[in-house]
Amino acid sequence: MADIAFLALAVITIGSAIAALEMRSLIYGSIALMGSLGGIAGFFLLLDAPFVALFQLAVYVGSIAVLILFTVMLVKRELIFKKIEDKRRKFAGIGLMLLIMVSLGAIFIDSGIKTITTDEPPVDFRDIGTDFVTYYWPALILMGLILASTVTGALVLARRVDVEDGQRAN
Amino acid sequence: MANELIDFTLVSIALLGIGIYGLAVKRNFIRMLFAIEIIINAANLNLVAFGRFIPDSGGQTLALFSIAIAAAEVAVGLSLIIVAYRMYQNIDIADFRSLKG
Repeated sequence: MADIAFLALAVITIGSAIAALEMRSLIYGSIALMGSLGGIAGFFLLLDAPFVALFQLAVYVGSIAVLILFTVMLVKRELIFKKIEDKRRKFAGIGLMLLIMVSLGAIFIDSGIKTITTDEPPVDFRDIGTDFVTYYWPALILMGLILASTVTGALVLARRVDVEDGQRAN
Repeated sequence: MANELIDFTLVSIALLGIGIYGLAVKRNFIRMLFAIEIIINAANLNLVAFGRFIPDSGGQTLALFSIAIAAAEVAVGLSLIIVAYRMYQNIDIADFRSLKG
């Protein structure tokens, strides 16, 4: 059975995921998203993966959430508070969500993984480092190149071409 | 270890359902990005959970790769939002029609 810490984290994560999508203001929504991502980091700690948990905190809560907050700030004020959705579509979406949850949940509860528990010691984080520099080194280099090129691409996309250099000073 | 694999899997399924609901219902570009983030996090939770219970270090390694790629995806997505907002003065995806034939 699950313990108290797990249940608390599950409530925080799922609750703030719903809040992130349903809150009226996009700013509070992105703060709720931060809570949901932090809850996932808590799950990683429960799963004895402190390295991944800290990586999650640094990348998601630290940088992505702040990036989203800054983008929200660039948008007009009335758009931040406006909800754009149809009623009919909303009910269909809730039905789809429940269908996915119930069917996938039933499949997984019915399958053999229900009985899986482990008494083995957790994976040492040194093994992850060894993985990165031995078996996965081409993927690591490729990931570095992809990160560099996407960030450059994002900068080029977001650059304003209609503003001249002289106007930028103002 | 008190928690079982099925608990983490069920939380992950719940997050996946919420994310798909957001993608299907919301027409706000930024909210759709939130939904994508929630789905990616559900996948990462599954990777780490299965890696813990096998146990194998591959799960955590793949989760780290996935987090890094998700960061790149968000950077591009947000810059697309900024470009689209500059063109249409709106973040409603129903208004982004210039590719419609």
